[in-house]
Amino acid sequence: MTLLNAPAPARNDLDNRPPRRVGFSQRLGRWDVKFSPYLYISPFFLLFALIGAFPLVYTAYVSVHEWNLLGGQGEFVGLQNFTDVLGQPIFWKSVANTFSIFVLSAVPQLALAITIAALLDQNLRSATFWRMGVLVPYVVAPVAVSMIFGRMFADQYGLINAILGGIGFDPIGWHSDRLASHVAIATMVNFRWTGYNALILLAAMQAVPRELYEAAVIDGAGRLRQFFSVTVPQIRSTMVFVVITATIGGMQIFDEVRMFDALGMGGPSRNWMTTVLYLYDVAWGNQKNFGRAAAVAWLLFMLIVCIGLINFYLTTRIAAADGVRSSRRRRPKALLAQAPTGAGAPVPPSARPPSSPRPHPTPETDHTHGGEGR
Amino acid sequence: MFSTTIRARRIVAAATGALVVAGLAACSDDAGGAEGETGAESGDDVTLTVATFNQFGYTEEMLDRFEEEHPGVTVELVTADTSEAARTNLTTKIAAGGEGLSDIEAIEVDWLPELMQYPDLFVDLSDPELESRWHDWKVEQATTPEGQLLGYGTDIGPEGICYRQDLFADAGLPTDPAEVAELLGGDDATWEDYFAAGRDFVANSDAAWFDGAQATYQGMVNQLESAYEDAETGEPLDLATNTAVKDLYDQVLAASVDDELSAGLELWTADWDAAFQNDGFATMLCPAWMTGPVEERAGGVDGWNIADVFPGGGGNWGGSFLTVPASGANTEQAQELAAWLTAPEQQTEAFENAGTFPSQVEAQSSEEVQSFTNPFFNDAPVGQIFTSRAEAIDVVPFKGANYFSIHQGVQDALLRVDVTGEQDPEASWDGAVETFNSLGLM
Repeated sequence: MTLLNAPAPARNDLDNRPPRRVGFSQRLGRWDVKFSPYLYISPFFLLFALIGAFPLVYTAYVSVHEWNLLGGQGEFVGLQNFTDVLGQPIFWKSVANTFSIFVLSAVPQLALAITIAALLDQNLRSATFWRMGVLVPYVVAPVAVSMIFGRMFADQYGLINAILGGIGFDPIGWHSDRLASHVAIATMVNFRWTGYNALILLAAMQAVPRELYEAAVIDGAGRLRQFFSVTVPQIRSTMVFVVITATIGGMQIFDEVRMFDALGMGGPSRNWMTTVLYLYDVAWGNQKNFGRAAAVAWLLFMLIVCIGLINFYLTTRIAAADGVRSSRRRRPKALLAQAPTGAGAPVPPSARPPSSPRPHPTPETDHTHGGEGR
Repeated sequence: MFSTTIRARRIVAAATGALVVAGLAACSDDAGGAEGETGAESGDDVTLTVATFNQFGYTEEMLDRFEEEHPGVTVELVTADTSEAARTNLTTKIAAGGEGLSDIEAIEVDWLPELMQYPDLFVDLSDPELESRWHDWKVEQATTPEGQLLGYGTDIGPEGICYRQDLFADAGLPTDPAEVAELLGGDDATWEDYFAAGRDFVANSDAAWFDGAQATYQGMVNQLESAYEDAETGEPLDLATNTAVKDLYDQVLAASVDDELSAGLELWTADWDAAFQNDGFATMLCPAWMTGPVEERAGGVDGWNIADVFPGGGGNWGGSFLTVPASGANTEQAQELAAWLTAPEQQTEAFENAGTFPSQVEAQSSEEVQSFTNPFFNDAPVGQIFTSRAEAIDVVPFKGANYFSIHQGVQDALLRVDVTGEQDPEASWDGAVETFNSLGLM
């Protein structure tokens, strides 16, 4: 303790301070400017390394070993697990099922979501009530959804087949016909996610400047024309986001298929077994083979990355084609650096700012439109 | 020098701070240690957790009794909704090195083959004093080739035939349980007797004879001594040349599809549930524990009864054990509790609570079990019936490590013909053989 109360330093010590100390504090300052931002965002990356990167790397480690769920780590087998998985017809069937269910869910889901969002973007009485209403299905637990729809899609005593029988149609084999089972599962997915996506798209629509609509009305555009020529191009970056999240979700679909029948393994012919379900079966089913399951996980990961890239390429192409048209309109305001873009040449994806530099009105000013009814 | 002094001061300050923190930590450590010691001194305060699934019939009062007899022991019950959830929980935690497992883990007889491969994960429960407590075959099921006892038997699933006496009456068949037992072949009942009665029935009724080929096959295959694997070596038998299994497969599908005896239902599906309310079928194989699920689904339907008969000799379907994972902290006390829970008195009580038929010889002959009737099944004397059914069990099917992988393939083949109707029996069997070959066991 005595050291802490050391006498104040003599004045002449200050004069003797070597000049390099100044250099050091300057260097500190430079480091501060250079590295502090990275320090500030490091919590995210540390967390990501812990819960994202580590499992990924560890899964890769497991995938090149023999590894039983109960027995634990076995011998190093190289890529044997991958060739085993790729050689199994059920793996390929599960991939086909996943794609089929994904397409049957993602396409109608996004079409419906954007329609609902456009309708909710109108001047409604008690708008919040309607807007929150579309989110209700999302709040319901997926298992509960599966149980309700399971009753509806039962083959013999199901509600839908009863209705079909009542109006003179043949019942549909929801659990025997491959496509029918995919439609049934896609319906559950759509029920759950449409409202969620609609709200995200609605948020984007709210940010579209109202003057654009006023201008469109003055130009004589109808509701439909306004939607396709103003709303859709204005929210395209959000649509890219929604499409990509829907893709990842679609590739990872599990709950609904697991709950679609009693065994949860995709039916006797594995007609609706998705890849994640296949992974689950390999790891926790009768095989208990973690090595192979890890290989499936990595194959699925690479598949999602591939689809994501294709998706990104396609959506940016579409967005870019739109962007050329709308950027001409906005060019004076936007001050784009690469002004002389040819009308036909697509803007390279990297040059396209994801959320274009259009002015963002504050949400409050927008909401006044919706509040008029009250 | 000024700068050095500043630096020194800072270092000292930091060091002091660190010391203070370390001191505090040490203090709290001490306190914690002291608490732990006093806890230990005041008698072995131990909390034992018991993980079960569905309904085991263990009530709070029962556990309180154990706590009274064993001061300082607290028993906590952890119940999973389904056996599948409990199984996943068990295997996942074993995979994680035993962390988080309960002191006692209940397991179903079906999980035994895979767990038997890793006997080190469980405490050897063999105890000479308890040897005569269970039927021999129940003990055999949980005993490894090396003689280690993995679990204490709780309930068993001796099978009778549950039937709808109202639908029987409508179709002109006898309704009294004794007469029905006679109709189905009495003590020497065969599967052919059962199916023949079914043909009579469906000729005079809209309902099907049994719920599905899958469930019926389950009863038949449980009577094979070694269905898919060699009982001696544990080696899988080639399914393509497995005539015993193929015979049963042909037999059950001929009855199901050609004779139209099957309602074409898969167990535990929404359709199966609904069929109980829609007079979908008239009979089903009924292990003791099945009386609960039937009552649950057929609420409001009056006609259910149970006949003391089973085709092809007796049969056992299911049943559970209590194991003590070796990773537990109090394995000795846990073993004591497991032995107590599976004692005849407690199992009798559990039977009264949840309908799980005891595997204990003494419990089965007890007055409580013998006089027990089930009001939902028109006051059928279920205690007596299942005792008689348990005595008829003469085959313990051998189930090796690959039993379920192979069994699954055959079950899927049955479902493809009986439930989804997407394939004819021969094509579907070829599919099962293909699935078997892709397991890479041969």
